Amino acid sequence: MDFSFYFDLPLWIRTALQGIAVIAVLFPISAACSMAERKVAAWVQGRPGPNRAIVPWVAPIPFLGRFLQRLGVFQLMADGGKFVFKEDVIPGHVNKFYYYIAPLLALIPALTTVTVVPFGAYWDAAANTLKPLILADLDVGLLAVFAISSLGVYSIIIAGWASNSKFPFLGSVRASAQLISYELSMTLSVLPVFLWVNAPGGNGTLSLFDVVQTQSEPGFLGGMWYLFLMPLSAFIFLVALFAETNRQPFDMPESESDLVGGFHTEYGEFKWSLFFVAEYAHMLVGSGVFTLLFLGGWNPLPWVPLAPLIEGLPVWLGGVIGIGVFLGKVFVAIFFFMWVRWTLPRFRYDQVMKIGWQKLLPLSIANLIFYALAIALIETR
Amino acid sequence: MTSAAYLPILIQVILATGVGLAILTVNRVLAQRVRTKNAIKDSAYECGVKSEGVIHTRFSVKFYVTAMLFILFDIEVVFLIPWAFIYRDFLANNIAILSPILFFLFVLVLGLVYEVKKGALEWEK
Repeated sequence: MDFSFYFDLPLWIRTALQGIAVIAVLFPISAACSMAERKVAAWVQGRPGPNRAIVPWVAPIPFLGRFLQRLGVFQLMADGGKFVFKEDVIPGHVNKFYYYIAPLLALIPALTTVTVVPFGAYWDAAANTLKPLILADLDVGLLAVFAISSLGVYSIIIAGWASNSKFPFLGSVRASAQLISYELSMTLSVLPVFLWVNAPGGNGTLSLFDVVQTQSEPGFLGGMWYLFLMPLSAFIFLVALFAETNRQPFDMPESESDLVGGFHTEYGEFKWSLFFVAEYAHMLVGSGVFTLLFLGGWNPLPWVPLAPLIEGLPVWLGGVIGIGVFLGKVFVAIFFFMWVRWTLPRFRYDQVMKIGWQKLLPLSIANLIFYALAIALIETR
Repeated sequence: MTSAAYLPILIQVILATGVGLAILTVNRVLAQRVRTKNAIKDSAYECGVKSEGVIHTRFSVKFYVTAMLFILFDIEVVFLIPWAFIYRDFLANNIAILSPILFFLFVLVLGLVYEVKKGALEWEK
């Protein structure tokens, strides 16, 4: 097939098409994660989970129909349909405009952060280098991820305030304090990585692609993932990521047991599920960033970079392999999120704040000083 | 890097808004309609009983303290990001960078210790 017409299109149309393609992948995966969550919960707790819903014309297919039914694939579609056809309640006591735009504000940052996250790489034979598959290859990379994803807190505050109800209000106040508290540790935990990535003479960069490139160099240290080189950074980043995406054991904004449903108590139908699509999209992008920073991105194994493997292959196949390896790691990380949720009990609110300010923050500063001294030793040797 | 490189972010914001609005509109069009007013649906949630007291309850001043502390520390963290770019370069060229940044981090830690000693981060009291 001839795709050359695609490259003749104006740049903004190509960018828009790429953006649509990314959303078309990210959105359904986020939705499917909610089903995966129920299945993992069922698995952890030793029960079958959702396994009844089935579409009539799939049912007669031997094996496959039964398999999909037990997997709960159709439950997801049934839930989506239910959300669409439910009564679109706007309770009389809410602040209507802000009540309506809050789920939208949750969705926008969640789907926008993915713009600066490379999700794969391909071998450019003409330039003889590895090129990232990314919507916007910016040198501010990670800073843009932090900047955009932290805007998500506004949707929670607005949702809680506009609901004009006690529990959502308390939930949103708690959520805002929690989200900003863990942002500090998160930023401090990734600084050692960039101290090391910005080698002498290079351009200052926060690009996630460059981080992966430094994890795919030859040699023992060069091919080592940062998970092994900086385990404490990875741990702090992961804990802060749990808190930033409101996951158990840090699910203060929701806290079903003491605040009913937290900030989304007054929400229903698709407005409610938009909050959850946004949360899972944040989780996906956050796991993606974790994978790129600490798990070697699209490199299949430590000390096994992707570039030599796909060099001889057709461009599209190399790209697919890169994306496949990356997504595989992201799904493992997502599974880890779910595993933790159904294993650990949740913290009390004062414990959450105490861990954030008095444990994680000093730990991340100590970690930063340690790596600053270590790099100084190596560099001035 | 020119500002044109940021175009995809703008396009993505517009696309995300479009997707969100489309979903909300579809929901609005296809949703079940109820014509009668319902006093129960129009009242704030309170576990099935009538809601009492003020809606926007008073909440702890600790949240404000936390927000202010966040702003202080976040600005300090932002100052560290340019340092990350030039740190190894300066070290390789024998430009003094280690002791100034250690002093900066020392001041940062001093502030944190002061907060903890003052009890600004105690939530039980």
